[in-house]
Amino acid sequence: MIETTARPARRESAHFEIGYTRYLDPDGKLVAPLPPGLADPVRAIALYSALVRARSFDQKAVAMQRTGRLGTYASSLGQEAVAVGAASAMRPEDVFVPSFREHAGQLVRGVTPRELFLYWGGDERGNDFSGPREDLPNCVPIGSHAAHAAGVALAFRLRREPRAVVAIFGDGATSKGDVAEAFNFAGVWKLPVVFVISNNQWAISVPRRNQSAAETLAQKAIAAGIPGEQVDGNDVFAVHAAVAAALERARAGGGTSVIEAVTYRLGDHTTADDASRYRNDAEVKAHWQEEPIKRLEAYLVALGRWGKDDQERLLQETKAEIDAASAAYLATAPQALATIFDFTYANMPADLQRQKDGALASAATTPVKG
Amino acid sequence: MSEINLVQAVNLALARAMADDEKVLVLGQDIGINGGVFRATDGLLKRFGEDRVRDTPLAEAMIGGISIGLALQGFRPVAEIQFSGFIYPCIDQLANHASRFRTRTRGRLSCPMVLRAPCSGGTKALEHHSESNEAMFTNIPGLRVVIPSSPKMAYGLLLAAIRDPDPVVFLEPTRLYRAVSEEVVDDGTALPLDRCFVRREGTDLTLIAWGAMVREALESAQQLEARGVSAEVIDVATLKPLDEATLVASVQKTGRCVIVQEAPLSGGYGGEIAARIADGAFSSLLAPIQRVTGYDTVMPLSRLEQIYLPKAASVTTAAERAMVYA
Repeated sequence: MIETTARPARRESAHFEIGYTRYLDPDGKLVAPLPPGLADPVRAIALYSALVRARSFDQKAVAMQRTGRLGTYASSLGQEAVAVGAASAMRPEDVFVPSFREHAGQLVRGVTPRELFLYWGGDERGNDFSGPREDLPNCVPIGSHAAHAAGVALAFRLRREPRAVVAIFGDGATSKGDVAEAFNFAGVWKLPVVFVISNNQWAISVPRRNQSAAETLAQKAIAAGIPGEQVDGNDVFAVHAAVAAALERARAGGGTSVIEAVTYRLGDHTTADDASRYRNDAEVKAHWQEEPIKRLEAYLVALGRWGKDDQERLLQETKAEIDAASAAYLATAPQALATIFDFTYANMPADLQRQKDGALASAATTPVKG
Repeated sequence: MSEINLVQAVNLALARAMADDEKVLVLGQDIGINGGVFRATDGLLKRFGEDRVRDTPLAEAMIGGISIGLALQGFRPVAEIQFSGFIYPCIDQLANHASRFRTRTRGRLSCPMVLRAPCSGGTKALEHHSESNEAMFTNIPGLRVVIPSSPKMAYGLLLAAIRDPDPVVFLEPTRLYRAVSEEVVDDGTALPLDRCFVRREGTDLTLIAWGAMVREALESAQQLEARGVSAEVIDVATLKPLDEATLVASVQKTGRCVIVQEAPLSGGYGGEIAARIADGAFSSLLAPIQRVTGYDTVMPLSRLEQIYLPKAASVTTAAERAMVYA
């Protein structure tokens, strides 16, 4: 039997604390002075417009899925401020490495709504971004893209480029070895990467409390020797400011950061999910009071910088853009059958060419519906 | 010019590729100051520096994932997984990511990377250090799977793998690392990928093998010659994509074939080759296609591993079985 009482007095060998930042409370009141860049109402209006645009895309995408014109879709309803705040803090030459629920950030980065509709409508050309050519397409397997973010950041380091990477994944992803390993590698090599945990409280049906016994997910960074912090993920100012500071540090050679943005998934996991099976309406209703758009609107209105006319104009413009993108997607003919073969290798192997020839010959006799 | 063994040929090809192209990097566990547990990267750190020769923390999945990020950015990483028995955590990165970026982005992004791993048995190594798991990689579209069988093949194929614009799994049979030496000209000439290599010509029967089994096949061909049977020996070398034409043409000529694989029987790559030959050379076949393989067992520990490993004698027995058919 071990005599636990006989152990000598211990000294503290490590110590940490996790900070939580919020500027804008759920009612749209500032609870702390904004950093100079964000205090500019023009900047705030741009962020607000990006949030509205993302939600408008989301609503259209869900409506299209419900009417059979889009595939299974993962809505980001309620958590748009995480991706918008992070992506808006990046420079064009940085690289964005998103998971599959971060189209709000992809839109900010310059991925077009038509490209996003194409992707979610089952067309790989949606990932051939005309804008941010080096951004990664979204990652469906959970958390494995954290490694790619570290690898891209290592490339920047090796070329001595003042660029950085932002990767986003969810609370569920932090349970995976991939994320722990990526934190660890990035920490050892001081890589210029910002890992943003979009903690929306739910990994499909598994709530945050059943995902990890850790008090915060941000503290997982501490174990890898990198700073971790929490921000209010429904406060786009807080996300933007934290990511901007982390990016600045990364570019200056200061290494990696982890930012846990605490938000809430107001929608189902995807259009194939029914969240009422595992969480109650009262919880969702309560979180609607904290969503990111309403509070920023209230802030802008209180500033005297946003009125009914502005709101109507923005909604109209956004709707027109998204509707046009959706129409453009629907008018895009499916890819030719040959394309499923053509991008498997850079140089077409004879063995695959034979399979392609066979597929083309059989398609010539039995046309495939697009 | 001096003769070198297979692991020295790997080293020579790495050094040549790094000297030719500054985008080529090597990374992995213990590959820096230690030069790799088999010394495949010996001397590279000193010659090319820490930026290009990088010891990683111990995490196979991340070695694959980091290589993907580097490759997406235009580098040509050559990563070492210490043994193919430890490659499994990395398969997610290969199957879900490295092999798919070109397709997923319609050519916008791609992964020119090589994952090297020592493989196969016969060196009395520890548990998990003697695996022949090549077949599982051949079922992943977008990957190339290459296994050299000699120093010359290792040099030429590794150069080809590094220069190829797509991800390559490059498996090196540990048993061959120091088994034979031959003259290898370090002139930077790569061997073609997607090609089987006829290592010995013959007329009565075709022996098909890859990796360490090529030696057994060649030895068997000698035994058969003494018995009046002329055996052709083909080294598959690049398993994926497969050069079916060379295999089928050979069996059309000889009418008989024995496929030799160290991996377990079921689901092994020999089954794929047998199906291709049955289809492509059906009317030429004079005897059922024979397979000599490992067993559907866990790779035994060192005291029994020789019982597991296919040998030239069993290849010869299978060949004689085929020769019985008129």
